[in-house]
Amino acid sequence: MTDQAYNFAYLDEQTKRMIRRAILKGLAVPGYQVPFASREMPMPYGWGTGGVQVSAATLTPDDTLKVIDQGADDTTNAVSIRKFFERTAGVATTDETDKASVIQTRHRIPEMPLREDQILVYQVPIPEPLRFLEPRETETRKMHSLEEYGLMHVKLYEDVSQHGQIATSYAYPVRVSGRYVMDPSPIPKFDNPKLEMDAIQLFGAGREQRIYAVPPWTQVVSLDFEDYPFEASKADHACDLCGAGDSYLDEVITDDSGNRMFVCSDTDYCRSRRDDGHTGRLAGDAT
Amino acid sequence: MYVAVKGGERAIENAHGWLAEERRGDTDVAELTVPQIREQLKLAVNRVMAEGSLYDPDLAALAIKQSRGDLIEAIFLIRAYRTTLPRFGASVPVETGKMACDRRISATFKDAPGGQVLGPTFDYTHRLLDFKLAAEEDVPSAAEAEARTAATPHITSFLQGEDIIQREPVSDDAPGDLTREPLSFPAGRDVRLQSLARGDEGFVLGVAYSTQRGYARNHAFVGELRIGRVAVEMEVPELGFAIDIGEIELTECETVNQFKGSKTEPPQFTRGYGLIFGQSERKAIAMALVDRALRWEELGEDNVGAVAQDEEFVLSHADNIQATGFLEHIKLPHYVDFQSELELVRKLRREATGKMQEAAE
Amino acid sequence: MTPLLQVRDVSHFYGARIGCSDVNFDLYPGEVMGIVGESGSGKSTLLNCLAGHLPPDTGEVVFDTRADGPTDTVTMSEPARRMLSRTDWAFVHQHARDGLRMSVSAGGNIGERLMAVGARRYGDIRAQATDWLGRVEIDESRIDDRPSAFSGGMQQRLQIARNLVTGPRLVFMDEPTGGLDVSVQARLLDLLRGLVREMGLSALIVTHDLAVVRLLADRLMVMKDGYVVESGLTDQVLDDPQHAYTQLLVSSVLQV
Repeated sequence: MTDQAYNFAYLDEQTKRMIRRAILKGLAVPGYQVPFASREMPMPYGWGTGGVQVSAATLTPDDTLKVIDQGADDTTNAVSIRKFFERTAGVATTDETDKASVIQTRHRIPEMPLREDQILVYQVPIPEPLRFLEPRETETRKMHSLEEYGLMHVKLYEDVSQHGQIATSYAYPVRVSGRYVMDPSPIPKFDNPKLEMDAIQLFGAGREQRIYAVPPWTQVVSLDFEDYPFEASKADHACDLCGAGDSYLDEVITDDSGNRMFVCSDTDYCRSRRDDGHTGRLAGDAT
Repeated sequence: MYVAVKGGERAIENAHGWLAEERRGDTDVAELTVPQIREQLKLAVNRVMAEGSLYDPDLAALAIKQSRGDLIEAIFLIRAYRTTLPRFGASVPVETGKMACDRRISATFKDAPGGQVLGPTFDYTHRLLDFKLAAEEDVPSAAEAEARTAATPHITSFLQGEDIIQREPVSDDAPGDLTREPLSFPAGRDVRLQSLARGDEGFVLGVAYSTQRGYARNHAFVGELRIGRVAVEMEVPELGFAIDIGEIELTECETVNQFKGSKTEPPQFTRGYGLIFGQSERKAIAMALVDRALRWEELGEDNVGAVAQDEEFVLSHADNIQATGFLEHIKLPHYVDFQSELELVRKLRREATGKMQEAAE
Repeated sequence: MTPLLQVRDVSHFYGARIGCSDVNFDLYPGEVMGIVGESGSGKSTLLNCLAGHLPPDTGEVVFDTRADGPTDTVTMSEPARRMLSRTDWAFVHQHARDGLRMSVSAGGNIGERLMAVGARRYGDIRAQATDWLGRVEIDESRIDDRPSAFSGGMQQRLQIARNLVTGPRLVFMDEPTGGLDVSVQARLLDLLRGLVREMGLSALIVTHDLAVVRLLADRLMVMKDGYVVESGLTDQVLDDPQHAYTQLLVSSVLQV
């Protein structure tokens, strides 16, 4: 049911046009952070206001929306954002990756490869990949414009010298189309290889007032050393419910004695595999 | 099937129901009305209007009621509502020189045209809990005098005559608006002032206080503090002149700051400026101090590395809605990233213990 | 031969006070120029103007760039100037902590400039860092230690390694031996002299210590109150000072 007191998808048309201009600019300059006049939304900053504004500017009445948080459709914040759009835009919603035309996500990329008629919208907390090396926006913007990325590799160097490997496990920095270094949002590095995809990827950071994008079929390289190459890693298990060996897993503590089970973080992927008859180690006795 | 602890729709609805009940509290106690809040918690209403950037005492009072008295939550409600409002245009600048002052004091002159008017202030009250207030009681009416009808000139205008205070550049440019344009650095003084006016009272107070304690000290005198109502006028293109569309209550503070001169400026007084919705004098004075500290570059002063001189730091962290949202978002699920960290730490530990064993053998 | 650096009428003022005024000189490739004077003489102001840290109020600082030949670095775009500072230029600060990343290991400090210009093999970066630690006489076992754990002399040598690793063409040094013990100074000077000879470095060295310039500098400028009062070949100036102030400087050292 649509709430008639608000414009379609909450934002007024002028604001949506402003956001669309930022999105188009972002697509034209892959990986470049486009400043935009983020609006105050009815959910807190840091809870997906950037993604929500990008989705609001992207959605049409004919779209089908899927919202995931941690890969799951039924996590509280995903439910809350999905309800927001059901209420303010009245669009159809779905849990099925395959049926969605717009997918808003926090922290994951769906396991199933996306198609070119789909748009993936990421919620981004800190868009600046250099932020924790250099806190000043004026400095980091300069570093991007001059391609001064030496410091980024100093961090990787320090990792290797201390730990024998690159010790970044999520929000792993990438270089887009050979130019801008970009934060792919806090997805696990397992998801990094999927950043080269057929769908449009849009990134919205509301509090930090930035939008950026990766167009379809764009080169996205995870930063590394030639002799310490990037590795997409996950728990060395198969899903205990659907048996998948290729999906990112959540580790769930199942009892007081510390027993664990591993289940797909992408709940739709897991469900569709089980529907197809795949089973995992605990498929029978799980309740 | 096993489902990890995930909230889901019903949990959210139940939480909202419980929250509504808690907000109401004991139903044997009469419910607060919005007019009660508006009239009797006026300073809270003022703060919500100022930091919510929306002048509407009724809505601010409603927001305070809805937020159970959590003022940042109330400011948030107002900000989110403000987003949905169409913008019809901009008023002409309000004329604070024509303010009908309830309060007007100067610390720099013993007396001045317009006089020192204490007004309804906590100053000089002894902060003793008034137990009589616990019982409801009629308030005796306060003494009244004839309202002053003439305009009250700004104190700084007397200094201006002598050219002993810096002249501010005059401009007819439309000021920037950080609710419509993304904040970028360096920000103009217009945007800085807007950011401070919307900024968290506690944050602005803390930064201002730090200047007084020596972190970019700027020797501020309260040249003038005035609180009162001013007319808001708007140009209507069809009419060709400005018409009165209402009035608002404002607090304005101008500080007069000692200045020894620099490469570009001769010794003279300089100023800091604060302007806030409603009666919010702590915030207005703090804003003026921080404004003045942020002007170091324009005045050719040294950057001593103080927080109050750091425009990027101050403006990036002044907004309590941004701050509270980001702070509180860490309670959202992060288990995907945590899982990735778990795997990494396990792997690093395996390798480290492996190496230690090798070394031991 | 084209001078590597041509300095023309460079002045900088602090309000009404003169920082440095009307400085002119040429520096040729492979040449080391010393700038001496007491504190407040304007020598550090001048160095900062030349290195692009401080905008001169007047004058040109023309550097013979690889790509476009002689170019005024004062009016050049900031990207171009920043590019110079991480490739062809190096700056050795008096206080090592101004020139080092104190929270990054010694190896990372040396590797930064290499990575900034595109080095992407960890093994190579590590090898070069190890090599440079050796060249500045720091034990290679310290490669993963942070500079905060180093003595003052070691920090200064690490700063030098970090700056020279990419083979810059012009090195600015601001009191490189200042604040160090005399014995530590001697060792550092010896090291610097070796590196300058070996790499054929061009350098501008600001110091108040005449022993430093005698050992390192081919030519010398003497500054007082913001002005250059005397300049010439180092030996000539030190052995036969013409200006009264230089005479005073030289004699005050001899009395020690």
